[in-house]
Amino acid sequence: MSREMVTHALFESVLKLDPRVMIKNPVMFVVEIGFLITLILTVDPNAFGGHYPAGQRAYNLIVTIILLITVIFGNFAEAIAEGRGKAQAESLRRTKSDLMAFKWVNGDEYENVPASTLRKGDRIRVRAGEMIPADGEVLEGLGSVDESAITGESAPVIRGSGGDFNSVTGGTKLLSDTLMIRVTVDPGESFLDQMIGLVEGASRQKTPNELALSVLLAGLTLIFIIVVVTIEPMARYAGRSVDVATLIALLVCLIPTTIGALLSAIGIAGMDRVIRFNVIAKSGKAVEAAGDVNTLILDKTGTITIGNRLASAFVPVSGGTEAELMEIAVLSSLFDETPEGRSVVTLAHERNLTMDRERYADAENVEFSADTRMSGITLSDGTRIRKGAVDAMKKYVLEQGGVIPEDLDARTEEIAKEGGTPLAVLRGNVIYGLIYLKDIVKPGMRERFMELRRMGIKTVMCTGDNPLTAATIAKEAGVDEFIAEAKPEDKMRLIRREQEQGKLVAMSGDGTNDAPALAQADVGLAMNTGTSAAKEAGNMVDLDSDPTKLIEVVSIGKQLLITRGAITTFSIANDVAKYFAIIPAMFVYVVPSLQALNIMHLTTPHSAILSALIFNALIIPFLIPLAMRGVKYKPMNATQMLMRNLFVYGLGGVIVPFLGIKVIDLIITALGGANI
Amino acid sequence: MINLWRSLRFTVVFAVLLGLVYPLFVMGIGNVLFPFQAQGSMVKVNGTVVGSELIAQATTAPGLFHPRPSAVHYAGNNSGGSNLGPTNPALITEVKGNLQQVLSQNPGVTAAQVPPDMVESSASGLDPNISIADAELQIPRIAKATGLSNGQLQNMITENETGRLFGIWGVSMVNVMQLNEMILQFQGKQVVNVG
Amino acid sequence: MSLSTVLTWIVVLAVFLITIKPIGQYMAKVFTYQPTFLDRPFGWLENGIFRVIGVSRESDMTAKQYGIAFVGTNLVWVLLAYFLLRIQNILPFNPQHMSGLNPLLAFNTAASFTTNTNWQAYSGENTMSYFSQFGVLSYLQFVTPAAGGAVGIAVVRALSGRKLGNFFVDLTLVCTRLLLPLAIVVTLILVGQGVPETLGAYFQAHTLGGQTQLIPRGPIASWEAIEHLGQNGGGFTNANSANPLENPSAFSNIIETISMGLLPIGFFYFFGVMTGRRKLAWTLTAVAGSLFMIMLALAYFPEVAGNPIVNSLGLATHGNMVGKELRFGMGGTSIFETATMAFTTGSVASAHDSFLPLSSLSFFIGMFLNMVFGGKGVGFLNMIMFVIITIFLMGLMVGRTPEFLGKKIETKEVTLASIAFLIHPLLILVGTAIAIHSPAGLKGVYNGGPQGLGEILYGFTSAAANNGSAFGGLGAALPFYEIALGIVVIIGRYASVMAMLLLGQSLLKKKTVPETSGTMHTDTPLFAGILFGAIIILNALTFFPIMALGPLAEQYLMLAHHLF
Repeated sequence: MSREMVTHALFESVLKLDPRVMIKNPVMFVVEIGFLITLILTVDPNAFGGHYPAGQRAYNLIVTIILLITVIFGNFAEAIAEGRGKAQAESLRRTKSDLMAFKWVNGDEYENVPASTLRKGDRIRVRAGEMIPADGEVLEGLGSVDESAITGESAPVIRGSGGDFNSVTGGTKLLSDTLMIRVTVDPGESFLDQMIGLVEGASRQKTPNELALSVLLAGLTLIFIIVVVTIEPMARYAGRSVDVATLIALLVCLIPTTIGALLSAIGIAGMDRVIRFNVIAKSGKAVEAAGDVNTLILDKTGTITIGNRLASAFVPVSGGTEAELMEIAVLSSLFDETPEGRSVVTLAHERNLTMDRERYADAENVEFSADTRMSGITLSDGTRIRKGAVDAMKKYVLEQGGVIPEDLDARTEEIAKEGGTPLAVLRGNVIYGLIYLKDIVKPGMRERFMELRRMGIKTVMCTGDNPLTAATIAKEAGVDEFIAEAKPEDKMRLIRREQEQGKLVAMSGDGTNDAPALAQADVGLAMNTGTSAAKEAGNMVDLDSDPTKLIEVVSIGKQLLITRGAITTFSIANDVAKYFAIIPAMFVYVVPSLQALNIMHLTTPHSAILSALIFNALIIPFLIPLAMRGVKYKPMNATQMLMRNLFVYGLGGVIVPFLGIKVIDLIITALGGANI
Repeated sequence: MINLWRSLRFTVVFAVLLGLVYPLFVMGIGNVLFPFQAQGSMVKVNGTVVGSELIAQATTAPGLFHPRPSAVHYAGNNSGGSNLGPTNPALITEVKGNLQQVLSQNPGVTAAQVPPDMVESSASGLDPNISIADAELQIPRIAKATGLSNGQLQNMITENETGRLFGIWGVSMVNVMQLNEMILQFQGKQVVNVG
Repeated sequence: MSLSTVLTWIVVLAVFLITIKPIGQYMAKVFTYQPTFLDRPFGWLENGIFRVIGVSRESDMTAKQYGIAFVGTNLVWVLLAYFLLRIQNILPFNPQHMSGLNPLLAFNTAASFTTNTNWQAYSGENTMSYFSQFGVLSYLQFVTPAAGGAVGIAVVRALSGRKLGNFFVDLTLVCTRLLLPLAIVVTLILVGQGVPETLGAYFQAHTLGGQTQLIPRGPIASWEAIEHLGQNGGGFTNANSANPLENPSAFSNIIETISMGLLPIGFFYFFGVMTGRRKLAWTLTAVAGSLFMIMLALAYFPEVAGNPIVNSLGLATHGNMVGKELRFGMGGTSIFETATMAFTTGSVASAHDSFLPLSSLSFFIGMFLNMVFGGKGVGFLNMIMFVIITIFLMGLMVGRTPEFLGKKIETKEVTLASIAFLIHPLLILVGTAIAIHSPAGLKGVYNGGPQGLGEILYGFTSAAANNGSAFGGLGAALPFYEIALGIVVIIGRYASVMAMLLLGQSLLKKKTVPETSGTMHTDTPLFAGILFGAIIILNALTFFPIMALGPLAEQYLMLAHHLF
């Protein structure tokens, strides 16, 4: 946090004293009203009747000051949380300002217009080196785009017409080629606008849980107002009325100011934490829902396993040797730049077989095509070396008049059973054996899934693989369920099924055909590389396009709720000590023997009341870091978590103020302020 | 609106069932099974109803056992306690007054012998029982007034000691009316339970 | 502790513990319309009743319909009661020639009995005709707890995922299947113990002391039975169950104590059976049970230690016998009073005003909490209210939107629970403040010092909790209290009940979230501890100041031998 930010937040917290702003936070509003009343009593201690001794004015003044500080602390918490978002928004906004666009008129004619005038459906042309002025879909062309302004990722990404990589974001820069883009949003609705709005907290609405908590806090505040207001006649009946400043001090101590002051900061900070993860949540509601998720649907490829299968073994057939097979396999992959191809070369290299590309520089490289489903090289002597899907290769060998090795099917079956993918390798018309391509589960995934299970979250893996392969990976990764040969409709059906059981479902997706499922899911995390349809449908967008982030988002959601609960519990538990400080002090003249309740042995009634009030104010800035950072969250089951948090924030909430108030009282006494 | 009619009909039906049939039904059975109790545990002496075994009455005669103090002067139809709070000076005055009375009525008795129930008024003002200690403190006075021996009175108390319900629990005590009935019987009066 | 105290307590508590399960199971059968052994004697009667009322056994109502039927029926009762009390002088069964009640007393009495409070600003034996006693008041003591129970049953149905049911059917079944059979048995036991059951007039006795004594009688036993079974608490006579005619022996005292608790405690298990969460039912029972034990200890030990000011007179033993009946002893008195405050019955077997400050704290706790089992159904609803608030406050700490019975607790539920929670202290504290601030209210105070504050506070608390007992010194018959308390009993009864009814329906409409290891479990000792702590803290925070000025202040002053 920079000094500048703090200064700005302090300034903001004074501005927020405006009652029209304060009333949105009923708890702190009550404190402000209290402040105004004691202010009047400072000017004239007898304003509401009574004849108070001269010292009362000083006491009232101190109460007034502490109340003002309390309110400002509360406002400061909110301002500082907003400030962090604003700083982020500022840098975003800079990228946005002053963009110009070339709008297509007709034929070859383009009109240079400000980007802010672009509307949905407009066509624009962007050339290399220009900023893309608005969100849209690429209609023509293919180019590399620098999206670092949004994602922070410096490596350029490829955007082009058709397929799942056709969406571009306003504020990013086209590095190469020329794109024709159709604008997909109206002004003010762009992704960038949304982001700015969200991080600034301008469009922030109370989330459902926050709203419910606000209601309860307002209810408690109301009860304490009743409690405090009715003390006066009762004390008077008992013989001596209690002065208004003390009553207000008691009220402010009792109402849940701590959580009241920090509630919105917690919400803003929660959103902010999501953003720091490079995920844009379209609403706080989505983040909160993430904490409640029961079922996580994850795609296998790229999420659970590293995106590509890698060669893990060479399996020779019909009595051939591994060395021979390896050599042909490497040849077939020599110019193959796909990860699978590279992995074949790497595996062979690990087994001490390295081949020099230069030697085969005259060979013809045959790229993989969906038609042939094979790739390889044709040597200068015309020898064809290929690797590819087993059935495609079998067909090819038969066409070439070759024979199919009799144990090929058995080996193939074996590999498939273990969850691997077999690739047949041939030279000429002879199949020498198989490359065993294996799905590699990302490191740490198994542990993550175990954590999730402890948290009560079920994981479901979706894959296009056959059931056999899927089962193996599922077992290896430790997911609870899997859907093999999954089609987009299956995902949808799964989400509906889970939701019918009352469960909340989270999923990630990028393709256009994921869009309905993303929309149906309670938490839909769209990849930024995905289509705009997907991004539209999801309620969160991951700028890094890392689907595993879903797990982090769930954690952040939970952390948000826990932080709220913990500070609420702490706030209410604090009241116990405050009562023991204030009640004996308040009734000291009415029932002197109630001093027996002064178990903290606070010096004087005034020092007791002021200590409680000062503690009540100081605890707010003290907890701001916790509110911003969130309560430490480790995945564990509900009971353990409850025990732990209850111990720290419940029991702690009872004990800490006893110590705190006593210490403050000692300080006040030492400073000679006990006899105000 | 239809429910309002239902409410009315319900009320009428149940008024008959619960307000009339139920009490009369149990009244019938109760009076057959427990005729004495059902009619209020009334006691007749020489043909006159003198009261109920359950209701304490003012007996100031030295020859009879005295019940606990009553805040309502033993008014059978106006039961109640003193309602004096623990820090009310009137409470202390009252207890002191009652103690004074006990001490003056029972010469030889000291405050340290007097159980609290003997000088503190009951909740109903009609508590028909006294503690054994209370009764025993009254023996010398009654013996003097009636000519009964201390031993005879002590026997009466032992004989009438109740409250050990099922022989296991309950507070040990004696019923003042029952004790006085026995004294009256000794004096040749005819005592009958009404039922 | 004396042996008799220990045995008395053990017997009562053992009966509660033994009966909770069978009563809960039996209730579940009755209110899911399954056959029970009482079908034969009562089935035909109910069928006739349903035909007359025009409902069928398994018809359903929405929360709104149910609530309106509940309030509407109560309205019929209160108007009818008011009317009949006013003209009791021209109605039959009036051997003592009691005159009609004045408007304020009739209003106060009708309101108080209709709301199951049974606060009495009159003394029964010299105000009410026999017709008023059994035709009006005893009748109301049947149907009003039945109405409260019906609402509780409807909410439990909602919590268990069932439709709410029909108010009139539930009302009828509570009467015929629970109250009436038990009342017949209890009445006969009580008659055997010496409680009169007669239409004979008051008896003019010529006492041994040569005076006359008017001995009240009447259909007392049948009254007494339903008074306790329905947690009503309205006494036939002024001294209520302290009067030997209402509660003649240690045994009758135990019977009455048990009668109060059977249904409220059984109701907790009924909830367990209905929702299939017996363990949760036991958890809630344990929480309420522990609070009950705390109240019991508080009601007993200070009394045994006695009033230090009286102790200084040097009597044979200590022990506060002011306003206590000898036959119950300290043990029987303490458990009866604890029961009457816990189950919000409001009958008394001693004079509460004469209890020592710390023991009166026990009474206040019972009424403040209003859920230490409470009146059957209604008390359970208060428990659910605290459960929901606790779950919402603490449940967040497991990192999920709080859930109860698999239903998410959201703004609507929190709002309704907050309203239900708020009303109680609002009525109590504001009512007391107004009374203590106004000459009309202060006129009713009998004892000085903190006890006087206690009398007013007790009155409003008792009214708000629909308890009905009093610090007897309070001048309840003053117009101020007749009006103020009449209003408080009405708000205290209907506002929170309606809120809980709506809450039940709101939960019913929600989807059930399956329980996982990430769910906060509510049927564990941990949750019991949390709930217990939350209930104590929330109530302590609300009522600590007034307790400090009332009983606590008085305790310290009493120790200092300070008199007022």
